[in-house]
Amino acid sequence: MRRERAVRPTELRPLTENGHLEFEKPLLRIQHDIAALEVEQRQGGRDMSDEIKQQHARMVAKTKRLYSHLTAWETVLVARHPGRPQIRDHIDNFVQDFCELHGDRAFGDDRALITGFGRVGGHKVMIVGHNKGRDTRERIECNFGCAHPEGYRKALLKMKLAEKYKVPVVCMIDTQGAFPGIGSEERGISQAIAVNMFEMSRLRTPIVCVVIGEGGSGGALGIGVGDRIALFENSFYSVISAEGCAAILWKTHEQRQRAAEALRFTAKDLRKLDIIDDVIPEPLGGAHRAPGLASQALEQYLVDTLRDLKRPRVDTLLKRRYERFRNMGSFYDAPSEFGKSKARKPASSRAPLRRPLPASRHVASPDPA
Amino acid sequence: MMVQKRDIPAGIWDSCQECGHMVYQKEVEENLHCCPECGHHRRINARARIEQLVDPDSFEELYADLSPTDPLKFKDRIPYRERIKAVQRKTGERDAVVVGRAFIRGRAVILGAMNSDFIMASMGAVVGEKITRAIERAIEEDHPLVLVTASGGARMQEGMISLMQMAKTSAALAKLDEAGGLYIVVATDPTTAGVAASFASLGDVIVAEPGAMMGFAGPRVIANTIKQDLPDGFQTAEFMLKHGFVDRIVKRHDLRREIARIIDYSGK
Ligand SMILES: [Zn+2]
Ligand SMILES: [Zn+2]
Repeated sequence: MRRERAVRPTELRPLTENGHLEFEKPLLRIQHDIAALEVEQRQGGRDMSDEIKQQHARMVAKTKRLYSHLTAWETVLVARHPGRPQIRDHIDNFVQDFCELHGDRAFGDDRALITGFGRVGGHKVMIVGHNKGRDTRERIECNFGCAHPEGYRKALLKMKLAEKYKVPVVCMIDTQGAFPGIGSEERGISQAIAVNMFEMSRLRTPIVCVVIGEGGSGGALGIGVGDRIALFENSFYSVISAEGCAAILWKTHEQRQRAAEALRFTAKDLRKLDIIDDVIPEPLGGAHRAPGLASQALEQYLVDTLRDLKRPRVDTLLKRRYERFRNMGSFYDAPSEFGKSKARKPASSRAPLRRPLPASRHVASPDPA
Repeated sequence: MMVQKRDIPAGIWDSCQECGHMVYQKEVEENLHCCPECGHHRRINARARIEQLVDPDSFEELYADLSPTDPLKFKDRIPYRERIKAVQRKTGERDAVVVGRAFIRGRAVILGAMNSDFIMASMGAVVGEKITRAIERAIEEDHPLVLVTASGGARMQEGMISLMQMAKTSAALAKLDEAGGLYIVVATDPTTAGVAASFASLGDVIVAEPGAMMGFAGPRVIANTIKQDLPDGFQTAEFMLKHGFVDRIVKRHDLRREIARIIDYSGK
């Protein structure tokens, strides 16, 4: 993980009375204290700068402490924060000359999934990503980032366009999941997601996938097969939502905190489980406190990663991409007289057989071949 | 034929969940587990499926030793480890899919069948690995691949590892496609969620049993999202045929013949 640049407290967006998260309350109190000191300084004409500086230091320390120990459920809240930078923000902040390309040439133009050419650093890229919408009108228009089959088909069409001109693909994942509706099923949402994974696994151009907010199951994976999978520090990527998991396994919504912990879907956990390659640091207090800085971190990551992925020959890249997914998952592989002997060793006492990771996975070195 | 349930010995007769008729179990079994009255196709486990589908004694199981780990140390009301042990004891299977080599009407195939009584045939690392190995074996031996799908989706107790099995199996199928292989999906009740959105939708030919539930999102989730009733026959094999995502609906009695026919057209 790259080191984050030290953030000055004044660079942070202030917390708002109704826009803060429950666990951010202590930070809001410090913010009130600072505001009060500033008023006193202005109106009373006294120099409060030492006190203000002190409170700023307290704010930084407290924020650091809170954000270094987020629970899995708190991570979900941060990842879903309405002020968190979305694909449109990142495009505005660092993609030059963005040229949006609409439509799947078959059914329509799904606003929940944005695609288009752009430049990141010196790299031409095809941007593909979920759009949750920044205001109410836009959120309704794009179904809160839940894409229909035509969204996934548009994504694939544009990725194939990128492949044709050897332009790398950057996928920004930010969705609760594919849209659960009648039209979605009628137009084959299962098939659309399946075909995307099938084709992305052999797309002859580099693909970088970054979960910038929520990574919601199949809807995320539908644009999630690539050479690098990264998560923002406070984003998550899960097979099912914590709420859905709680409802099914605990038979109640109330256990979502426990479900969130059990699913091990935070960036840190997924890195440990070797599901993802990289974690992109967020500014102090989460991306919603300093969207510009979050965009900078993402831009830096993309520039470095694209440079690395352009080095190997495309056949080498595809071989590694295949191996990367091929090797996911561990299992026991040993004969036993299953069902015959009561004395048989429990599965847990055997060592799990894990294939070694391909050496190339976490190394950003040029391809020797 | 109106028989009161209390008049008859348990386990010999039961009522069809589709038409409500009391049916003699042995007759149902001899009818490939279909209702003799209305033809309703009941769910069957992987072993029964394979026995019906392949030439007598031609099945040779592969990768039977693979068994699940507990990568997340997952615990809900009961630990995943306990859940696995219990269902292994109950079903006599190590996980939710059985794969192997077989002959169907004299044609060599690589065959896989899923077991809906093993945690709803959910896909974790073992299912993903066995399906992938079956695909790789089909490439190596240049035999057609036939997968009989039935699943509730990804196995959430294995977290993201299960979700990634969707990508893994789909990527392996791209290899089979490049090798010019033939892949036939037989979608059975229920083929849903993560399995529907991966290998079950990628067949060169997709056939489905009549009445099989097929879909991505759960019907309750959809009804809650759109706040309206779902149309009759929504998310069935017939619905999928109508909307263009299934090639043929094939009755269980005809599966062997239909599979052989498709293999012959492919020249495999
Ligand atoms: Zn019946
Ligand atoms: Zn029948």
